[in-house]
Amino acid sequence: MLEVRGLRKVYTSQDRTVEALRDITFSVAAGELVCLVGPSGCGKTTLLKCLAGLLGPTGGEVRVEGRSVNGPPPGMAVVFQEYGRSLFPWMTVAQNVELPLRHKGHGRAERRRLVTGALADVGLAHTPDAYPWQLSGGMQQRVAIARALAYEPHVMLMDEPFAAVDAQTRADLEDLIRTLWDRTGVTTLFVTHDIDEAVYLGERVVVLSSSPTVVQDDLPVDLPRERDQLDTRAMPRFTELRSRVYGEIRAAQRAASRPDGA
Amino acid sequence: MSARPAGPRVPRTVVLGATGLALTALAAEVLPRALGVPGDVLPPLSVILGALVAELPTPQFRAALAATVVQWGLGLTIAVVLGVSVGVVLGSVPWLRRLTASTVEFLRPIPSVALVPLAVLVLGTQLRSALLLIVYASFWQVLVQTMYGVADVDPVAEQTARSYGLGRWARVRHVLWPTAQPYVATGVRLAAAVALILAITAELVIGSPGLGREIAAAQSGGATALVYGLVLVTGLLGLVVNVGVRALERRLLRWHVSVRGEVAP
Repeated sequence: MLEVRGLRKVYTSQDRTVEALRDITFSVAAGELVCLVGPSGCGKTTLLKCLAGLLGPTGGEVRVEGRSVNGPPPGMAVVFQEYGRSLFPWMTVAQNVELPLRHKGHGRAERRRLVTGALADVGLAHTPDAYPWQLSGGMQQRVAIARALAYEPHVMLMDEPFAAVDAQTRADLEDLIRTLWDRTGVTTLFVTHDIDEAVYLGERVVVLSSSPTVVQDDLPVDLPRERDQLDTRAMPRFTELRSRVYGEIRAAQRAASRPDGA
Repeated sequence: MSARPAGPRVPRTVVLGATGLALTALAAEVLPRALGVPGDVLPPLSVILGALVAELPTPQFRAALAATVVQWGLGLTIAVVLGVSVGVVLGSVPWLRRLTASTVEFLRPIPSVALVPLAVLVLGTQLRSALLLIVYASFWQVLVQTMYGVADVDPVAEQTARSYGLGRWARVRHVLWPTAQPYVATGVRLAAAVALILAITAELVIGSPGLGREIAAAQSGGATALVYGLVLVTGLLGLVVNVGVRALERRLLRWHVSVRGEVAP
């Protein structure tokens, strides 16, 4: 469904070049929920923008549904970290969710059905006429998720979507993502810097190294499909997986900070 | 109920504002008399208003008022349409912006009034001359504000729109234009005031029909009170224009921070 092969991204400015991504290879099968975790500054956002077709890679290739990406792929929806800037303040909640559908060519009745359904799915059936800025941060991110859902994507990319909300809201939103994925089975790639979140949410965790970034590890999460904030996080297996990912990331950071490089 | 006076309470600022205005009017009535200022220099307010009231029903006055409003409206409309379209194009094409920046900065400070001889020479003393001056002066206000607005498009909003497959035109319509709107509104408000100034100036200096020409005519006829009366009318016109544009701004930009204020989520 989503294949990344030998992806490399070098930023060149007038006086220096920065190798943000060195060599990234991984894939996400149809219907999978994969978490991508890496230390801060490892180029997660750069990688996501390359996957979303918003940024051209320097080398390598991204394929979505078998087609090489060189612009935003039609079957993809992206949920950004900065919900406050990703939602349009001049549109109501319903209009925000509806806008991409208008350009997808859906009729009016179909659009209304999708918007109402998506808002109900994220628990916001009662606020279609509010403006995003009248809602709390967690609710705003729910609107952004509803917008992605209504689009009926084949692949959903999420770029640290819960980095800016409080702990309780974050737990609720994590469970919302699991529930929605369980029901719709949409292929999801969830980028985060939070190791616990990656293990709790994912069916698989792809670990990135520090910059210049490569894939450090790729491990399946063999936890029961039904996740629970208290029970799952208390499982010995959860702790094991968490420790393993944590160790990988620490090793990566140590390697990167050695003066002679890794 | 408590013994509060009936009817809605009038806000304090309105009371103060009205009192200030009344005191000014009183001063304008009393001072010329008390100081013995000659009537052909500064007549008392009642004389000015008397001359104006006598003038108001005349067809000449109405035609002049209409001419000024039409020139103002036409010039402003042309300037806004031009300013917004050029601003959007220059603002969204970086190399074009860099190419034209120095020229804009050179042409913008030229006072429109300095173009009067040129306008008269090329276009004569007709409406077209006045329009040229009005458009030239107000165009820059709109252009510069529109370019600021276009530069303010949030990269995350833009990327969101692109990721959902919105094409260039759809992004201009749904992202760029709403972002630029508050800036354009400011530009229009500034341009509306400038356009009125230039409309009156053109009428005074070039002699195109309107309130400015009536002022000049009253002056040459020695009708000092009427000169003051007409000046008051131009002031009122400016006030109406400003209040009107602000009201429009508040209505169109309900969603914007400057209008909605801070809302506790």
